[in-house]
Amino acid sequence: MTTPDAPESMFRSEVGLGVWEHRGKVAAVGVGHAPTSRRWDGRAETCVGQISIDALRQAMDDAGVAPGDVDGLVIDTHTTTGAFWPRGNPLPMEVIDSFNRTDEPLDGITQLSAEWILKNMPELKNVTFTMNGIGCMSRAICVAAQAVGDGLTGTCLVLKSWHNLEGRYYQGGAAAANTIGGTAAIRGLWGTPACYGTALQFAEYCCKYGKTHDMMAPFMENSRRNGLMFPEGYWAQHRPEELTEEDYLAARWIAKPASLFDNDIPIMVSAAYLYTTAERARDMKQKPVYILNHASSRTRARSLTPTLDEVEADTARTAHKIYEGAGITAADLSFENMYDGFSLFHQFHLEGLGYRGVGFGEALDFYQTDISIEGPSPVQPSGGNVGCGRSRFWMHTDCIQQIQGRAGDRQITGVKPEVAVSGGPMPMGGDYTVWGASPD
Amino acid sequence: MAKQGVEPDELTREFWRAANEDRLVIQNCKACDRLQHPPLARCSECASADHLEWKPMCGRGTIYNYGVVHDGPIRSLHPDQPFNVAVIKLEEDAGIQMFSHLPGTPSDEVPVGAQVEVIFEASENGQKVPEWRVVT
Repeated sequence: MTTPDAPESMFRSEVGLGVWEHRGKVAAVGVGHAPTSRRWDGRAETCVGQISIDALRQAMDDAGVAPGDVDGLVIDTHTTTGAFWPRGNPLPMEVIDSFNRTDEPLDGITQLSAEWILKNMPELKNVTFTMNGIGCMSRAICVAAQAVGDGLTGTCLVLKSWHNLEGRYYQGGAAAANTIGGTAAIRGLWGTPACYGTALQFAEYCCKYGKTHDMMAPFMENSRRNGLMFPEGYWAQHRPEELTEEDYLAARWIAKPASLFDNDIPIMVSAAYLYTTAERARDMKQKPVYILNHASSRTRARSLTPTLDEVEADTARTAHKIYEGAGITAADLSFENMYDGFSLFHQFHLEGLGYRGVGFGEALDFYQTDISIEGPSPVQPSGGNVGCGRSRFWMHTDCIQQIQGRAGDRQITGVKPEVAVSGGPMPMGGDYTVWGASPD
Repeated sequence: MAKQGVEPDELTREFWRAANEDRLVIQNCKACDRLQHPPLARCSECASADHLEWKPMCGRGTIYNYGVVHDGPIRSLHPDQPFNVAVIKLEEDAGIQMFSHLPGTPSDEVPVGAQVEVIFEASENGQKVPEWRVVT
């Protein structure tokens, strides 16, 4: 059994496609999260395969769906946060052999396949549809939504998991080598960390619009506050510390103007959702959250790194696709949960959407207003990666839970949660979902 | 700065060969009359692999933007942190960017908009690398 990658034809990446043909006919009904940890401790019970199984079982339980009723599985096979199994290190055979393995020994350790999941979850005996949504949960849920809408699967689990090993983020390996390949050298020779491109765009943004890095502080404080009310998140589980303006402004630079807190913390975690048809969802345990649209951006920068002009043009184009396919306007959004890892690009997403009428160059001023969950304009009620650690899926879980009315202490109170948007990762190149309390 | 040695590969061999001869060349699609960088196996506009060539550049540009790396991944560059990484836009086509450590320009004192000219620096294995310095 080989699982195919989702074809590009499943994604709605063009402007002018009209209202999504399956608008309101697909629903998310179950959520499962494994506990977070900073790094893998080497035990079978905490490897990426096992936490994936835990999340999948939770999602089914949450939805009240028997495993035998599931017929689809969409996953992202990539699980690295930037840590790779060190070349030459002995394989963890004791852990590998405690599961039913595939031909790839590190399956379930530093990568994940649908085949590995099905070999180790015999209860998923009726899964006939599997597909890879490579990149992150944002993409995988678009695949699941389209697959359910197209009738390729009726009840589908969708999974994203992350492993993290000892050592520093993207350090070691090629970064410690004496040489670099010619193609990689064009970008990689200069020693820039992952946040560099976003730092550049933010620098250009500040220059163009007369803004400053310290204007990000209210957004950062708000995100951590929301994250600490997300019991599934890393900071809530392991380091329940507020992030103050003083903390943020005192943080060391990684690539100025991006500081330590503008980067998210790599963690191990897994999340799963259960998608099904709107019709079946009516009889399930949780209130259905309807998928009103999914949209994607596949735009590439002209050269080495996107310019601000390129970013702004693409976020506007993406917003057009998001609204067009859902048949809504910016005024219909109850809240937004766009991606934030790196924090310095959340405003690009927000401005592209025109959330609460915010235009280009206005988001940092908007951050100085009431963006809390109690106010009229909630920004990132999930807390995002800033508030919960690096997963790229808190925003989706939060949209589901907010609309179901079970976000706990995080539940927004200033507006009624009826329509929301989430997605990412990058402002240029990402996948987005519009969620609704009603299918209409 | 101690840049990692560069091992040219099939796609970039001509770019690095030219650098060893103190020449800057950029990939160009003759059919589209359009430069592209980084190099690709096909033209990003017409998708043709048959019309790609290496076009000589004049070696002048301007500083478009920059960041200052305080904590980067490349071990050999750690002793030089914090260091500039600037984005250079080429005179022939402002849509084409190159990165530069801007040798001679102090960290975080980058004159955005200033004119720069290409120079060629040896990396750790002797392969020359295009670099840029501010024209005074």
